[in-house]
Amino acid sequence: MVACRAIGILGRFSAFRILRSRGYICRNFTESSALLTRTHINYGVKGDVAVIRINSPNSKVNTLNKELHSEFIEVMNEIWASDQIRSAVLISSKPGCFIAGADINMLAACKTPQEVTQISQEAQRTFEKLEKSTKPVVAILQSHGDTLAVSCQYRIATKDRKTVLGTPEVLLGILPGAGGTQRLPKMVGVPAAFDMMLTGRNIRADRAKKMGLVDQLVEPLGPGLKPPEERTIEYLEEVAITFAKGLADKKISPKRDKGLVEKLTAYAMTIPFVRQQVYKKVEEKVRKQTKGLYPAPLKIIDVVKTGIEQGSDAGYLSESQKFGELAMTKESKALMGLYHGQVLCKKNKFGAPQKDVKHLAILGAGLMGAGIAQVSVDKGLKTLLKDATLTGLGRGQQQVFKGLNDKVKKKALTSFERDSIFSNLTGQLDYQGFEKADMVIEAVFEDLSLKHRVLKEVEAVIPDHCVFASNTSALPISEIAAVSKRPEKVIGMHYFSPVDKMQLLEIITTEKTSKDTSASAVAVGLKQGKVIIVVKDGPGFYTTRCLAPMMSEVIRILQEGVDPKKLDSLTTSFGFPVGAATLVDEVGVDVAKHVAEDLGKAFGERFGGGNPELLTQMVSKGFLGRKSGKGFYIYQEGVKNKNLNSDMDSILASLKIPPKSEVSSDEDIQFRLVTSFVNEAVMCLQEGILATPAEGDIGAVFGLGFPPCLGGPFCFVDLYGAQKLVDRLKKYEAAYGKQFTPCQLLADHANSPNKKFYQ
Amino acid sequence: MTLVSGWLLYGWSIAVQTKTKKTLAKPNIRNIVVVDGVRTPFLLSGTSYKDLMPHDVARAALTGLLHRTSVPKEVVDYIIFGTVIQEVKTSNVAREAALGAGFSDKTPAHTVTMACISANQAMTTGVGLIASGQCDVVVAGGVELMSDIPIRHSRKMRKLMLDLNKAKSVGQRLSVISKFRLNFLAPELPAVAEFSTSETMGHSADRLAAAFAVSRLEQDEYALRSHSLAKKAQDEGLLSDVVPFKVPGKDTVTKDNGIRPSSLEQMAKLKPAFIRPYGTVTAANSSFLTDGASAMLIMAEEKALAMGYKPKAYLRDFMYVSQDPKDQLLLGPTYATPKVLEKAGLTMNDIDAFEFHEAFSGQILANFKAMDSDWFAQNYMGRKTKIGLPPLEKFNNWGGSLSLGHPFGATGCRLVMAAANRLRKEGGQYGLVAACAAGGQGHAMIVEAYPK
Repeated sequence: MVACRAIGILGRFSAFRILRSRGYICRNFTESSALLTRTHINYGVKGDVAVIRINSPNSKVNTLNKELHSEFIEVMNEIWASDQIRSAVLISSKPGCFIAGADINMLAACKTPQEVTQISQEAQRTFEKLEKSTKPVVAILQSHGDTLAVSCQYRIATKDRKTVLGTPEVLLGILPGAGGTQRLPKMVGVPAAFDMMLTGRNIRADRAKKMGLVDQLVEPLGPGLKPPEERTIEYLEEVAITFAKGLADKKISPKRDKGLVEKLTAYAMTIPFVRQQVYKKVEEKVRKQTKGLYPAPLKIIDVVKTGIEQGSDAGYLSESQKFGELAMTKESKALMGLYHGQVLCKKNKFGAPQKDVKHLAILGAGLMGAGIAQVSVDKGLKTLLKDATLTGLGRGQQQVFKGLNDKVKKKALTSFERDSIFSNLTGQLDYQGFEKADMVIEAVFEDLSLKHRVLKEVEAVIPDHCVFASNTSALPISEIAAVSKRPEKVIGMHYFSPVDKMQLLEIITTEKTSKDTSASAVAVGLKQGKVIIVVKDGPGFYTTRCLAPMMSEVIRILQEGVDPKKLDSLTTSFGFPVGAATLVDEVGVDVAKHVAEDLGKAFGERFGGGNPELLTQMVSKGFLGRKSGKGFYIYQEGVKNKNLNSDMDSILASLKIPPKSEVSSDEDIQFRLVTSFVNEAVMCLQEGILATPAEGDIGAVFGLGFPPCLGGPFCFVDLYGAQKLVDRLKKYEAAYGKQFTPCQLLADHANSPNKKFYQ
Repeated sequence: MTLVSGWLLYGWSIAVQTKTKKTLAKPNIRNIVVVDGVRTPFLLSGTSYKDLMPHDVARAALTGLLHRTSVPKEVVDYIIFGTVIQEVKTSNVAREAALGAGFSDKTPAHTVTMACISANQAMTTGVGLIASGQCDVVVAGGVELMSDIPIRHSRKMRKLMLDLNKAKSVGQRLSVISKFRLNFLAPELPAVAEFSTSETMGHSADRLAAAFAVSRLEQDEYALRSHSLAKKAQDEGLLSDVVPFKVPGKDTVTKDNGIRPSSLEQMAKLKPAFIRPYGTVTAANSSFLTDGASAMLIMAEEKALAMGYKPKAYLRDFMYVSQDPKDQLLLGPTYATPKVLEKAGLTMNDIDAFEFHEAFSGQILANFKAMDSDWFAQNYMGRKTKIGLPPLEKFNNWGGSLSLGHPFGATGCRLVMAAANRLRKEGGQYGLVAACAAGGQGHAMIVEAYPK
């Protein structure tokens, strides 16, 4: 369990933010089926204000596809031509959604950069016309805003936590391709525009107002004479109409007062020297964070620069061209693949469970138990947190409180909401209330006999329908379930630490686990906001199993005399968010040892490689990694740059093996790590541990920090080429033996180039 | 159309002669009566009462009550006052005011708080004490002095000062003082905002009005009505519960000073006060910050009769309700009205005098729309049908909180006395008092005229 506890620490690193922010993409980009009739947009006229309503049929959201685009042009032309109409209001008839971004399937269908560039140019032209409209257009944003809204003269947004604005394109490896790169810098200033476009971060409504992204905020209404959502839309329309009239009558100015800091920034940006410095600094930062692995951020900087320095015509042209180029990159395909995978892993393929889980009980208030409690209570689940000792329990309760309180500090929650959420948690030392539990998740220490004892104790007090889930990173669930009276109710739920930050949940089903039990577990995981992969039981399941051979290789590389710092830099420059040596420290050396031994027994020679003696000696010296202050590195409170642990020299020297020059180049070292990981992942699919490649990719990227720019092991095989990978593996096999023998499925893919994991 | 409905209404008011129930007296339950009630003039905060403390204003109401009823002080068993923004020095303001007003120091007193229905809570607490036989004579009232509110040091500063208090040696003191930062001096102001949602009440009222599609014009018209009726009532001397108050160092205050009938044109010029720039709630269609106090003498009927009093009214069934403090903050009257009527076995037609607390025009009108909506009744109140609109000609006929003022802790008694006095004057039998309060709570009570 602890193994993956610390693997989760990956999530803390800033280079990983691309990954962490991914959750939002799902709400920003959507697919939609093509519709031929003009039914996306209609408009009515109220007085001299046209109210344009966007409502794509048979879809939960409106996406900017070709039909919607052309209808929009038609409607706008009518409005511009009308003598009666003096201003317009643009609103989505779908509650909680404006236009959810570009249709990424439309981009995926394009074969050449030119096609994509053309799409971009069409959108640019429309939006430019909209921007230059002599009749003011007021956009109403209820959930997600995008470039269409930015082109309007005035924006009104609902003020609630659901309303977020942003340019998430960079997270898909592309850029805002409809003029956004040209418009945003003018609207919010260059630095803020860079921040938005390069991070893809979501901006809450109140912040957006301060930045000048929106002009007015409207708070959602409560119940009145009709359902709140319906009336809120009506009200937004009413408010927008008054502003549209005001703008047409020139009673309201769309310009807002800028604060002092903003004025100073704007002034500074008029000085060419300052601008150059800003570009340089931003570029440096991007290079440092992306290590050159992600092309989109650099192109965004380039396009913005072109627009500012050479005028908007050049800017628009550059934007559309770069947009086309980016859409064709491997990175963008990988990131879009992950997006699709994520959408898939946000669904419950088992259907709705017979009984909703309302009461959850968690055993063990350690890091994991408390983390699971935290992501449960804030979704309204009544949660019992049981521990064996008052100290342990108190620590866990404090962890939950702190997690919630940090959200208060970030203004994501009010202190009142925190308190009422926290009251969903009951801390206790006994089994009181377990008779009402719909699900028990045990997160006790990773020890089979302890898990057995706990399972028996719990089964004596829980109701018949109650699911028993085990949070373990390596113990086979069927072994845990062996002592159960009702094995069909036993399932594995493998969370990653820190639970509140890591999005992945690996659910493990045994042969005996019932479909309804699986449905319950997935439903709870989805409620907790997790991205879920469902795998079959087996040693190490999927995630831990993939990591193990790579870890073994890490040990061998260190034994061969590669400096931990060098190893770290080799892995991070390949796209891993955390260096391999640091990862061992974060995971905990004792845990790594534990997992290595367990899986070593299960898989034998295939999982050999480095000598586990290295870990054993480290454990005996108390070098357990970050938690003990020493591992490969020395960890001190408040010290940012960690130093190598010089006491490791003697251990490494005693276990030193000579490097094999033919497989020891920097690239080879990187590929020895990655291919061992990928090979094992493909084997998991081959053996049926994994049901789909998509789940394998999501699990590797979201749980283990596999480089997102590669899209996960399966996507990587497709994009890099199975043959090339097999060649590499064979080369390493020749040097080291069985650990690198390509698995059958991989070999099959290499033999028939048409075989792809993603068709 | 208007003619027809006018006739219908006329027909109704004749039908009112036959009530569902002749009286709300219940067997084996003591009848509780209001002997009389008074209030100080309600003043805009920052005017004549501005140098007083809350217990001074409360004392004026109590002495006024003593004078009006001539009740022997030693007969009073208990005194209860409501208040909202508490003066820390006189947190049990009921006791401080009673002692100063010359009540017996043997008469216990306590203070209750329930936002704008604090005085209602004071009255119903008294009703409970009498009904259960614990007391025979209770004085209930309420007070609010918005001219002076407790503005505090920041928590950090308070902590520093307390630590300083505990520090013994010079060294310890210096180390405490060294922690001082200039921002500690930023004061903490009490806000008329919900603690749970941090939303000010005016903001919530504006959203409520919008939710029920109440227009700015409707709100201004209603406010104008309140001010005009209050002015008329004041001019005709109907506000008989007001007692003059000789403020030390100032002239005697004899009447409410917030009644300002204006014109719709003037009111239309005001900018929204809470949701800017497009909201509808303005200073002119909201109740204003008010100073004032009220007090009322409540007795068991037999005691009052034995003492030779001619009571004004019975206090009958009452009801407290609460709902979502965010989106339904001010809908208390809508929820409480049907419940109290059902409890009493009456219908809307039985009510001759409605006295609703007017926090905001928008709030009153939103309540009207909610009470008149089957959809709302079915979806939010768990009722099959709407309760219906109170007829406007029976509604707040002598003005309301919008015009007379609204000292938070004192308004409840004003509402009951207005209902009692109107029933006597207009010859009705049943009055319905209802109010909303912060926290999403509400209250309603039936007042029955005492037979002449």
